[in-house]
Amino acid sequence: MIDQYLYLAVILFVIGAVGVMIRRNALVAFMSVELMLNAANLALVAFAWHHASFDGQVASFFVMVVAAAEVVVGLAIIVSIYKTRRSTSVDNANLLNQ
Amino acid sequence: MTIVFWICAPLMVLGGLGLILFRKAVYSALSMALTMVCLAVLYASLDAPFLFAIQIIVYTGAILMLFLFVLMLVGVDTPDSIVETIKGQRILSAIGALGLLGLMIFSIGGAVTGPSAGLAGAEQAAGGNVQGIAQLLFGRYVWVFELTSALLITAAVGAMILAHAQRTKPKLGQREQADARMKAYADQGTHPGSLPNSGVFATSNSIATPALLPDGTIAPDSVSQTLAERGAQLDSTQLRALTAETFERAERIRDEEDEEL
Repeated sequence: MIDQYLYLAVILFVIGAVGVMIRRNALVAFMSVELMLNAANLALVAFAWHHASFDGQVASFFVMVVAAAEVVVGLAIIVSIYKTRRSTSVDNANLLNQ
Repeated sequence: MTIVFWICAPLMVLGGLGLILFRKAVYSALSMALTMVCLAVLYASLDAPFLFAIQIIVYTGAILMLFLFVLMLVGVDTPDSIVETIKGQRILSAIGALGLLGLMIFSIGGAVTGPSAGLAGAEQAAGGNVQGIAQLLFGRYVWVFELTSALLITAAVGAMILAHAQRTKPKLGQREQADARMKAYADQGTHPGSLPNSGVFATSNSIATPALLPDGTIAPDSVSQTLAERGAQLDSTQLRALTAETFERAERIRDEEDEEL
């Protein structure tokens, strides 16, 4: 019964990982990271249901808090990069490479 | 519960695929929203009403809207390049993703045994879902909970510092702008006064209609640069031809009436 939730979480996690690997737009890559976090959350909630304890749900709650903080800082970084380089493509942020 | 799962799971996978496959970032964000809402429904079906509400409020409401704000801020039109900068990156990432998928699916295959307990008993013991979470949050995990407040404060301050822009040039006042205009007039002969109005015709007085100069050509300054770039500019010569034709017809009728008299 719980297996199907875990398989779904795995599929979503892998989709998120592929998104991070192939997309150039920093915003889309960032959204893919969010998708991976959400997949982990789904697994946590499913395990909480399986083991009849609230610990999984509390862990999932903490993941959401960390995700919110991460999004705020990440988007601020993207905006400040966009301000200086006029691009959100991760390929263009290669100042240390030149 | 099974029905809810089989409705939501395909939608979530579709949303996830849409997130990585759509070229336009706004579509990606919207498919992400679909995935998030379906996830919230799954939480509700897994006896987590508190997380259901939090998922909708925090993720779909706050985080995704923040993403959309930033998308609008950096310009929706910036296209995503399709060119591979690292050779063979697509194939390598596909192999990596398949490996990850296989690894996790096979490890899950035998990991979970026994029937699921369900949360009904735990909820009864704690007096409800929210009460149960609160007991853990303010009991066993209270230290972690305090730390998250420090994290949120740090994130807010960090975002403000990162998004803050130092002014590199002094702000131009009315005086400086007037001086610059007069200097441009002296150096390049640019007209220092206001720009010409947009054209007014019998069938259109839109700001996208360029005005005509006395010799019949279009006055380029009479339409906003942005509208011209978007190609929203109307064709003034055509509108003018229509007016001229109407005048001609009216005059012909008047001539005929004069002859009749």
